Amino acid sequence: MTDTDRGTQRDRDSAFSLFTQQSLPACKPVLTPEWVIMTFLFIGFIFIPVGLVTLRASHSVVEIVERYDIGCVPEPFRIDKVSYIQDDSIPKNCSLSFKVPKYMKAPIYIYYQLENYYQNHRRYVKSRSDKQLLHGQNEHGISSCQPVEVNNDRPIIPCGLIAWSLFNDTFTFIRNRAELKVNRKNIAWKSDREHKFGKNVYPFNFQNGTLIGGGKLNPTIPLSDQEDLIVWMRTSALPSFRKLYGRIEKDLDVDDVVVVHLMNNYNTYSFGGKKKLVLSTTSWLGGKNDFLGLAYVFIGSSSVTIAVVFTLLHLLSPRH
Amino acid sequence: MGIDFELLHKIKGVIECPNPDKDITRFDANLRLFPPFIDNDVCPLTIKNTILQSCYLRNTEWACGVAVYTGNETKLGMSRGIPEPKLTAMDAMIDKLTGAIFVFQIVVVMVLGIAGNVWKDTEARKQWYVQYPIEGPWYELLVIPLRFELLCSIMIPISIKVSLDLVKSLYAKFIDWDAEMIDYETGIPSHATNTAISEDLGQVEYIMTDKTGTLTENRMIFRRCCISGVFYGNESGDALKDTKLLNAVAGGSPDVVQFLTVMAICNTVVPIKSKTGAISYKAQSQDEDALVNAAAQLHMVYANKNANILEIRFNGSVIKYEVLEILEFTSDRKRMSVVVKDCQTGKIVLLSKGADEAILPYAFVGQQTRTFIEAVEQYAQLGLRTLCLAFRELREDEYQEWSLMFKEASSTLVDREWRIAEVCQRLEHDFEVLGVTAIEDRLQDGVPETIETLRKAGINFWMLTGDKQNTAIQIALSCNFISPEPKGQLLLIDGKTEDEVCRSLERVLLTMRITSSEPKDVAFVVDGWALEIALKHYRKAFTELAILSRTAICCRVTPSQKAQLVELLKSCDYRTLAIGDGGNDVRMIQQADIGVGISGREGLQAARAADYSIGKFRFLKRLILVHGRYSYNRTAFLSQYSFYKSLVICFIQIFFSFISGVSGTSLFNSVSLMAYNVFYTSVPVLVSVLDKDLSEGTVMQHPQILFYCQAGRLLNPSTFAGWFGRSLFHAIVVFVITIHAYAYEKSEMEELSMVALSGCIWLQAFVVALETNSFTILQHLAIWGNLVAFYVINWIFSAIPASGMYTIMFRLCRQPSYWITMSLIVAAGMGPVLALKYFRYTYRPSKINTLQQAERMGGPILTLGNIEPHPRPMEKEVVSPLQISQPKNRNPVYEPLLSDSPNSSRRSLGSGAPFDFFQSQSRLSSSYSRNCKDN
Repeated sequence: MTDTDRGTQRDRDSAFSLFTQQSLPACKPVLTPEWVIMTFLFIGFIFIPVGLVTLRASHSVVEIVERYDIGCVPEPFRIDKVSYIQDDSIPKNCSLSFKVPKYMKAPIYIYYQLENYYQNHRRYVKSRSDKQLLHGQNEHGISSCQPVEVNNDRPIIPCGLIAWSLFNDTFTFIRNRAELKVNRKNIAWKSDREHKFGKNVYPFNFQNGTLIGGGKLNPTIPLSDQEDLIVWMRTSALPSFRKLYGRIEKDLDVDDVVVVHLMNNYNTYSFGGKKKLVLSTTSWLGGKNDFLGLAYVFIGSSSVTIAVVFTLLHLLSPRH
Repeated sequence: MGIDFELLHKIKGVIECPNPDKDITRFDANLRLFPPFIDNDVCPLTIKNTILQSCYLRNTEWACGVAVYTGNETKLGMSRGIPEPKLTAMDAMIDKLTGAIFVFQIVVVMVLGIAGNVWKDTEARKQWYVQYPIEGPWYELLVIPLRFELLCSIMIPISIKVSLDLVKSLYAKFIDWDAEMIDYETGIPSHATNTAISEDLGQVEYIMTDKTGTLTENRMIFRRCCISGVFYGNESGDALKDTKLLNAVAGGSPDVVQFLTVMAICNTVVPIKSKTGAISYKAQSQDEDALVNAAAQLHMVYANKNANILEIRFNGSVIKYEVLEILEFTSDRKRMSVVVKDCQTGKIVLLSKGADEAILPYAFVGQQTRTFIEAVEQYAQLGLRTLCLAFRELREDEYQEWSLMFKEASSTLVDREWRIAEVCQRLEHDFEVLGVTAIEDRLQDGVPETIETLRKAGINFWMLTGDKQNTAIQIALSCNFISPEPKGQLLLIDGKTEDEVCRSLERVLLTMRITSSEPKDVAFVVDGWALEIALKHYRKAFTELAILSRTAICCRVTPSQKAQLVELLKSCDYRTLAIGDGGNDVRMIQQADIGVGISGREGLQAARAADYSIGKFRFLKRLILVHGRYSYNRTAFLSQYSFYKSLVICFIQIFFSFISGVSGTSLFNSVSLMAYNVFYTSVPVLVSVLDKDLSEGTVMQHPQILFYCQAGRLLNPSTFAGWFGRSLFHAIVVFVITIHAYAYEKSEMEELSMVALSGCIWLQAFVVALETNSFTILQHLAIWGNLVAFYVINWIFSAIPASGMYTIMFRLCRQPSYWITMSLIVAAGMGPVLALKYFRYTYRPSKINTLQQAERMGGPILTLGNIEPHPRPMEKEVVSPLQISQPKNRNPVYEPLLSDSPNSSRRSLGSGAPFDFFQSQSRLSSSYSRNCKDN
């Protein structure tokens, strides 16, 4: 063999030439019955236990959900709730009480839950200015805030529909006649507080228009500390959602009676929305949600069923 | 013209030339020189006096000329033109599917737009937080539909065009690179000039092939001859070694000498003397080359050509001839002649050679031409090419008179070719026929095997040749083109008049209809004359015949007839491939869906005009079965996958609009959407260009498998419906799981959208993996590397505080519920797909699956015998070929999928015969494609 021969030989085996000749070594998997049945069995045997563990985690969460939007409207106003909520002269005080069904370990998260509320509506989602939230007075970057960008020819901070419609019901919790302390700090994402909402940006000209939306903001507190606003402005993708209100850092015992005094300010009556108060503990998986566990058990057991069916098929009508 | 060098620059004159045109075979102009040279004498200028743009000068040091056309007005510039873009059947199908998706998109947009407006009026106006103005201008009504149009615009994947162009150019590169398609004799690799039509190669139904130089080597060797009724070379098969002939030459038999003189002189060959004194010949035509060389071996050496003076050496003596005129060969006249003057005796002689029907009818009255006819027939049956040689002595005045006419005809600017032919006719008559030469043209290596394999693959072959009928039939027999009796049957269409042709055609058609149900290999043979009449007057009948017949031999056809035949088959919606090597095939090659040129001895004309050029005919097998088939399969997957992935994301957006108040909110941010289409999903699928469903060897052994490509089984509305369904299913899986797993307190928009997007990406990776037949390292890299890249890219985005998804991906990756959701999406999305695929693969296998199993389990295809026919209900129009099954009593040897034994297959089929299968295929596929066109 001459040198050039060896050269071409080497060339022929080089990776590029394997590529050009479409002869790269390839593994060609075949859907053999054994392989497929094993795969389904494997999925089944992984998914069912994981599903059970997930279900257990979900069941370990204690959750109290109290709807209050109707109960908090006094009987005489029930016919026309909208005018009730829009009438500022009527006091909006209301109280709820419930019994704790199970021992709840701190921290207990307090959420308000809105239903049939479209925070994901296109007009709504777009109506904000991230630039303004971070850098403050900026007359140019607020055109996205329509239709709530200026009032009396002066820009609104924070502008936009989302901020304007800030949720403004408030809750105080009393257990055994003593007030339960609710920690309302650090309810928003740290990253939002630090990088999305400015430390030197103060609310300005907010809720000063003829049309009052939701809550007002204390103009002396910078946006980065207005945690209710920050939480509210993380819009939800679903029409039913919960937002964090605060944390109770004490355990609640079984049969503890908790009384909630609340200000029922927020108007969900005009569009038939629901308002609920949620107290919930958490697990490693988050809040109470059976879906993942049930889906896992379902997928796992279907996989096992498919594996069994395929095994039977394979045994009854062998291909060879 | 005999002008001295020094005077050249003083020449003044006028060239009368036609307007620039693109016909590179004609240049009908005149040159008038001014005094003091030749006063007003018209010199005809033809294409022979012309050097075309970008030509090379060979065998001469210099040439002196005038630029007649320049720039884009040169003949080459004019003929460059814009070649008609060829659209593959597949591209047409993709366009159709795109159209269907577009209609679907419009419907979705309209429905959602109306629903959105209704919802706005009934619900959204009550939602104070959205602040819809009570009364808006009328065009407010359009806002929501337009929003949805924007959302749904991703339904038609734009990336598909880019991806397809990329992979198509790679298919072409694979052809260029293929080491097994390099002609090692000449070192010429195959080349794909047209990079866009590789898929069509896999869908070819008809191959129109030239004979000379395509099936044969075009290396002509003089084998036999018949001079004045005496046959030479019949015993040994080589006339040059026939002692009878050698003796006759040595003895100086006048007939033989005259015969050799015609062989040596009647041509356009240029002898070139090398320094050592050896003479080599430069010939345009291989036949002439063979004849001159043979004459030289028989001691009639064409030694020199000096201007118009030829020098012939014969047995030591030198004979000089002055060439007076050359009557060029044209494919219409089928003969060429020279008029020469013997310099010693001053006698003027017309020497002619040509096809038998162009010479023998013009023999002088009284000459017996029967032996020559017999000789021609005998030679043709041996597959030899025949030429008749003849001569006639001319009287001086006859020549002078004719010469004037010829000159005039040569200098006409209108219809010059026709005028010359007419004038030539006046001289070429009353021949004294000298004899017949027989030249052998050997078959190329591997031609019979190639044709057999491709015929098994269901491709119909038509041979279009300028040669004689008998020669063509002989070649056809020797290269498996047609089967010999009794298996095959040749039906002849002939006749000189319309009636005769009509009757003949009807007879053949009748036979064809009857025998089409029999296991007989029926082919029809038609000659150029009958074809002309048939195409002109009985086009419909001939078309029916063309559809019925798998094989045809058309002999004595002109280049334009070749193109007409291709056109005819194309008009019946067949995918045609034309293969040829010479200039006479160029039109057919350009006309066909795919033109393949053989870069052979007749120059590169055909190869240049063709979409693919290959060195040898046998590479056609690889070109079609390997490159064409893989290209088809890969594009089928790639295009449908592209639609699938766009549809998945689009369906999710549509579902999301139902829970976002039908307002047209996009769940995904614009960066993710863009990256999804151009990056995350198009990279993994690009490596599908390396996917091989079956190994090359398996395909070569089972060429029938090409049927799946021909009939378009891998890309048609029903397969597309499967992908559509899959995208809908996957969108539902991703959407439902995401909104339930990330409900309530986790329902933050950015997080939820990223969960849905990663769900899609995970599914994509597994879909590509499941649809990949062979994993090379590149596939693994692309599929799993892409998944990793998705996370890396999103981590980078999540690290930028200014981006909308700041910290989102880190947040998600820390949650166990995210990973649990992902594996749930993958299991729920892929489980049913895998189960369905396995079920089909095992219990309703296609032939491809069967071969895959056999190939990968090792061992011969023993299992084929037990496979039950399983018509797939969803593909009604192509059901019957699937019912081809192996009879159970097959002996377990490695055999093609289809039975060759008519009896056994007839039992299982009812009407089956091996090639009935193919016929039904092509019928079906054509009816199929026609159906599509109707849609």
